[in-house]
Amino acid sequence: MVPLKDISHLLRMAAVFLVGLILFVVLRGAFLPKSFGKYGHYRGDALAEITARPIAYAGHQTCESCHPDVADSKAHGAHVQVNCESCHGPLAKHADDPTNLRPEKPDITHLCVRCHSENIAKPQGFPQVDAKEHSGGQLCDTCHHPHSPHFSEGAKK
Amino acid sequence: MEGFMYPNEVELQWSVLIVLYPFLTGLVAGAFILASLERIFRVEALKPTYRLALLTALAFLVVAPMPLQLHLGHPERSLEMYLTPHRSSAMAMFGFVYLWYLMAVLLMEIWLDYRKDIVILSRTATGLKRLFYKALALGSTNTSPTSLYVDDRVGWVITLIGIPSAFMLHGYVGFIFGSVKANPWWGNVLMPIIFIMSAMVSGIALCVFNYMVLSWVRCKKTDMKCLDVMTMFLFYALVVDAAIEGLDWIHRVYSAEEGFQVMQYMAREKLFWTLNLGQATFGTLVPLILLGSLQLIRKRVPELVRRRIYFACSLLILIGVLAMRWNVVIGGQLFSKSLRGVMTYKMEFAGLEGWLMGGLLLALPFITLTIMIRLFLSEKVSALALAGMDADEI
Amino acid sequence: MNLSRRQLLYLLPAAAAAWEFVLAGTPEAAPTYHSAEHWWGMLLDVTKCIGCGGCVRACALENDVPDGYFRTWVERYHVDDFHIESPVVDSPGGAKEGFPQSTLTGGKNFFVPKFCNHCVDSPCTQVCPVGATFHTADGVVLVDQNYCVGCRYCIQACPYGCRYFHPTKNVADKCTLCYHRIVKGLTTACCESCPTGARQLADLKDPKDPIHTFLKTHSVQVLKPHLATGAKNFYNGLDGSVR
Repeated sequence: MVPLKDISHLLRMAAVFLVGLILFVVLRGAFLPKSFGKYGHYRGDALAEITARPIAYAGHQTCESCHPDVADSKAHGAHVQVNCESCHGPLAKHADDPTNLRPEKPDITHLCVRCHSENIAKPQGFPQVDAKEHSGGQLCDTCHHPHSPHFSEGAKK
Repeated sequence: MEGFMYPNEVELQWSVLIVLYPFLTGLVAGAFILASLERIFRVEALKPTYRLALLTALAFLVVAPMPLQLHLGHPERSLEMYLTPHRSSAMAMFGFVYLWYLMAVLLMEIWLDYRKDIVILSRTATGLKRLFYKALALGSTNTSPTSLYVDDRVGWVITLIGIPSAFMLHGYVGFIFGSVKANPWWGNVLMPIIFIMSAMVSGIALCVFNYMVLSWVRCKKTDMKCLDVMTMFLFYALVVDAAIEGLDWIHRVYSAEEGFQVMQYMAREKLFWTLNLGQATFGTLVPLILLGSLQLIRKRVPELVRRRIYFACSLLILIGVLAMRWNVVIGGQLFSKSLRGVMTYKMEFAGLEGWLMGGLLLALPFITLTIMIRLFLSEKVSALALAGMDADEI
Repeated sequence: MNLSRRQLLYLLPAAAAAWEFVLAGTPEAAPTYHSAEHWWGMLLDVTKCIGCGGCVRACALENDVPDGYFRTWVERYHVDDFHIESPVVDSPGGAKEGFPQSTLTGGKNFFVPKFCNHCVDSPCTQVCPVGATFHTADGVVLVDQNYCVGCRYCIQACPYGCRYFHPTKNVADKCTLCYHRIVKGLTTACCESCPTGARQLADLKDPKDPIHTFLKTHSVQVLKPHLATGAKNFYNGLDGSVR
């Protein structure tokens, strides 16, 4: 059996390791976020932080609750499935404060061609035109009302 | 950019810092394996480089996390990898492999091997240095033959454990890349093996390089037998490494799977210098021929010529393995995961991830090693060790 | 503990309310949302996508996506005849401003919208070293921006290229399936603004969700099925040339 004094240095080293381990456990207790592991291997509070993000797009149900007339005029036209904010942009702020935050009307020169300009990759049945050939430079809403775009409906006000 | 890349891919994620990191850890593993050849496999010829190899491993291991820290988006949060390691993540588990290797293997082995000398130094040094050595000895003053025998036996066991640990250290780094199924340049089963073998090669080459430079600085003659044996191991490791890397390449070319076309284009256009010249020709083929010939006709080649060849080969291999890390890390990001496009990596000069920082990080382990040699491998210490002086004899 | 009947009468409703919070996935923000009752996916109809880029713009506005980075994008494919393995693909600016008219003629042409597939066996969550990216109980893969260390391993591991490194926050970022919207009963910003219904949020656990019928009556695919990621974006009409 090896005398103790000849392995005392090993015991000292073992003590150093033990101290290190204890230090690590203490550090972990101090720095580990409280909600970590609540729902899985992640910080539980992250879910609340992510869902607390403010909303920018109100959603068409909200629009239609205040603008049922527009919903009606869209109801039988080709744009029935085009939601309000597709063209009008995010309007949650407007929905929260309708009178003070009035959105600008979209710019027709760029709005319609975004979807309807001719492109070889668009599905065959989709209405697409070369804007200059189609209208000779006139704005789209001269003949088409965006809410019910069939030309027979005319450019309703 | 040529062809098509996913819009988010146009920015390179892992830069030159992540090239340096596997290079540095590979050198650690390789240097340690060389040291273990003497300790476990009793290759007596390697004795002159035993301590140098261990200090090399330590110097490089200590610097290795630096490129990682510099690269992280939030280095102040890096402790999270130890607090909440995600067990399925190779990167998280590597943190513990690194810690194990540093603490339980390398530091322990070096400490046990040096303990007697540290105790002696703590008696002969003065001032701050004396305090430093005393602290390192953990206040122990025992240099009796029994305690030294205990050190030797425990050290032997640690070295034995250290061999698979060293393989794991760099194998894990290889697995970090090899497990990424999203990237066909990285994600294959040979990747950890290739990383381990190139680590062996680079580590041994580094020890050859360090030994020759240190001897030159001290105006001492290198032990020719030691050099011959080191480079013999270097040659055989290089053969295995070249064979496995060759196998990877042959398999890719032969099976020509879907990603092969874009990867071949990328390798030819973007990695031409680093792959064909850096890694393959000068990093592998030339050393193979030179070292291989020397294995056959060693006795006919004069010592001076052999020395020059050894030095040149070690340097070429080091550059070649660095090029290999570049080719793997950067190459894997130069083509799109859509397999339909390639792009170029533009490196800046200054900045956290530029040429200057890369150069600094490559120099830093050598500077660290110099300090360690000053402290632990100075000629006084070496003389003491060689003379086998006991503390009582001073 | 001895409770009087009166004390119990006061305690019970409080306990009931607390129980609601316990069941909810996000107790603070959406007390009526129970994440265990949902399993989110999306249906993408390639036959309907017109490449207008509305989804890309809406996502950027809803989620403050930095310029030049994309949580979603649209790709345009041009497949010449039978050369299915080498289509010409482009996505100018991620299609944020739509697509200019193509100069290529003939062949087969179509648009493919892409974004995070919220994979069930996602390689991204597998490799995250700290647990900053994770699955919610309702099948959404999220990033905890206050915990991510910015190692970028997840960005490397994602086979679909849907992750990016946020240039100012220095963390990994990607599509959240508008989690802040869907827990409140809204649909995602991209689906809300899609004019043709090419994108539709689907709750795979809801028996009334039309996706169930759709999946039974149409041939759908996921992207890169050979990687077995368990992707939950189902593509109708996806061509074999798409990667």
